[in-house]
Amino acid sequence: MAMTITEKILAAHAGKDHVAPGELLNVKIDLALGNDITAPVAIREFEKIGVSGVFDREKIALIPDHFVPNKDIKSAEQAKQMKDFAIKHDLALYFEVGRMGIEHCLLPEQGLVGPGDLVIGADSHTCTYGALGAFSTGIGSTDLAAAMALGETWLKVPESVKFIYEGTLPPWVGGKDLILHTIGRIGVDGALYRAMEFTGPAIESLSMDGRFTMCNMAVEAGAKNGIIAPDETTRAYVEGRSRRLYQFYASDEEAKYAAVYRYDVSRLEPQVAFPHLPENVRSVSAAGHITIDQAVIGSCTNGRLADLREAAGVLKDRKVHKNVRLIIFPGTQEIYRQALKEGLIETFIDAGAAVSTPTCGPCLGGHMGILAKGERAVATTNRNFTGRMGHPESEVYLSGPAVAAASAILGRIAHPQEVK
Amino acid sequence: MLLKGKAWKFGNDIDTDVIIPARYLNTSDPAELAKHCMEDADPGFSARIQPGDIIVAGKNFGCGSSREHAPIAIKAAGIACVIAPTFARIFYRNAFNIGLPICESAEAAGDIDAGNEVTVDLKTGIITNLTKNKTYRATPVPPFMQQIITAGGLINYVAERVKNHV
Ligand code: SF4
Repeated sequence: MAMTITEKILAAHAGKDHVAPGELLNVKIDLALGNDITAPVAIREFEKIGVSGVFDREKIALIPDHFVPNKDIKSAEQAKQMKDFAIKHDLALYFEVGRMGIEHCLLPEQGLVGPGDLVIGADSHTCTYGALGAFSTGIGSTDLAAAMALGETWLKVPESVKFIYEGTLPPWVGGKDLILHTIGRIGVDGALYRAMEFTGPAIESLSMDGRFTMCNMAVEAGAKNGIIAPDETTRAYVEGRSRRLYQFYASDEEAKYAAVYRYDVSRLEPQVAFPHLPENVRSVSAAGHITIDQAVIGSCTNGRLADLREAAGVLKDRKVHKNVRLIIFPGTQEIYRQALKEGLIETFIDAGAAVSTPTCGPCLGGHMGILAKGERAVATTNRNFTGRMGHPESEVYLSGPAVAAASAILGRIAHPQEVK
Repeated sequence: MLLKGKAWKFGNDIDTDVIIPARYLNTSDPAELAKHCMEDADPGFSARIQPGDIIVAGKNFGCGSSREHAPIAIKAAGIACVIAPTFARIFYRNAFNIGLPICESAEAAGDIDAGNEVTVDLKTGIITNLTKNKTYRATPVPPFMQQIITAGGLINYVAERVKNHV
């Protein structure tokens, strides 16, 4: 029986030859993830289960990234609960400030997730690792607690939806624009409970960093997971990096899809999602005159090296508009270091930007760049919900790094080509 | 179990940032979270509701973050049940795991008005609008998830399993 890549990975982890959409499975997990907001709740629930320890000290990653470096006393208490748990159970994958990164940038970079893996995380953007050809999905804290005890979880096999991107990407158009365009077409529940499989020539030519950006936002269309079949680009990324054996899966020719969407992206413009839903997408040239107070470049969506290079390309020898704060967040310490070496950080500082240590920071309205009432930001993050970055009457516009950088220079939402 | 309460209406795509904004996520204390439940959609909501009241919302309720703080805040605020045509998948899972009853019914979500008296029979999935004298049927809950409900949430279910294996 023909299967999709998602079905094959689920079947392999359930010890079955074949699975079909709708089937409920008990699956073994390769990695379970929690952060400083979700892990404390999971730990509280874990203690109630009555097991003496975790299922495998090397398969649980706890990453403080949301409110760290600790923004206040309560956040410090939460981070400490997680750290204490990691010490008590001698967890191999706890990352302290100074060695950490935003979870969805850090785990692939460190080779802790790889092709063919099954990963669950108490964070909705766990779907990011689908870019490597893994099945990964977000769950809640109670599910994480059960997974830490048992090493398995239950999952329903999702129907798959195939997205085929034809054509060649124009300049300044990347993974963020592809995914925003897609969400703009199908809506924030357009792939509810389903697997989004991204294919086609434009995906094949996309860098790993661009692929991470796309799979990261699958959840913004309601999907269970986003996935891209691994290829030579994937192999080049995981070789010498992966700490486990990995396996490449691909969908069968005759695999069944609930729907197939086909987009020609040859003439796609950079995309911008207007408040307060990621589906309110327009081409940047149709944005109109939107002045901004803040631009944010970073996050698990666009905080990787390719994103920083793209932003630096626009900002080089230019200045941030006098009315704008530009805040840049490298995704991990390694990305930060590489950006330093390449002179990107210097470009940012010369332009008048603030550069932060890796943290989720303003992405979820945590700290390090909260918006006041009535303020407007353009951000390379993934959500523009009401109050997401601060005051309930502030606004967030989502874009890729080039548009965010150009907007920071011009003080309004702008196409990178407008920067003279 | 028969739930009975007054309906509070919300629109489509109510996200978890609206249900419980991140600025309150430096605690996971249910009583503290309850105070800010739905604050950015309807300030003062949690102070106005009566224990046992019911949220009736549009499609894709609970979209966004995986924060379990969202169903915890709703439950701790005293809301007995959420009715919507569809739920975002992580929210759906979390609600069952922590024991917040939810019902999928497009018909009920569309027809119930704010302030209507509503009953929900969780066993049969029958929703009754006492004000309008109408009944609606919720999508049946898969048998496996019924086991979780019967056990009183996922943790009890898992603890039970662990006990029997050891
Ligand atoms: S960067 Fe933003 S979206 Fe990503 S994990 Fe952190 S808070 Fe969530």
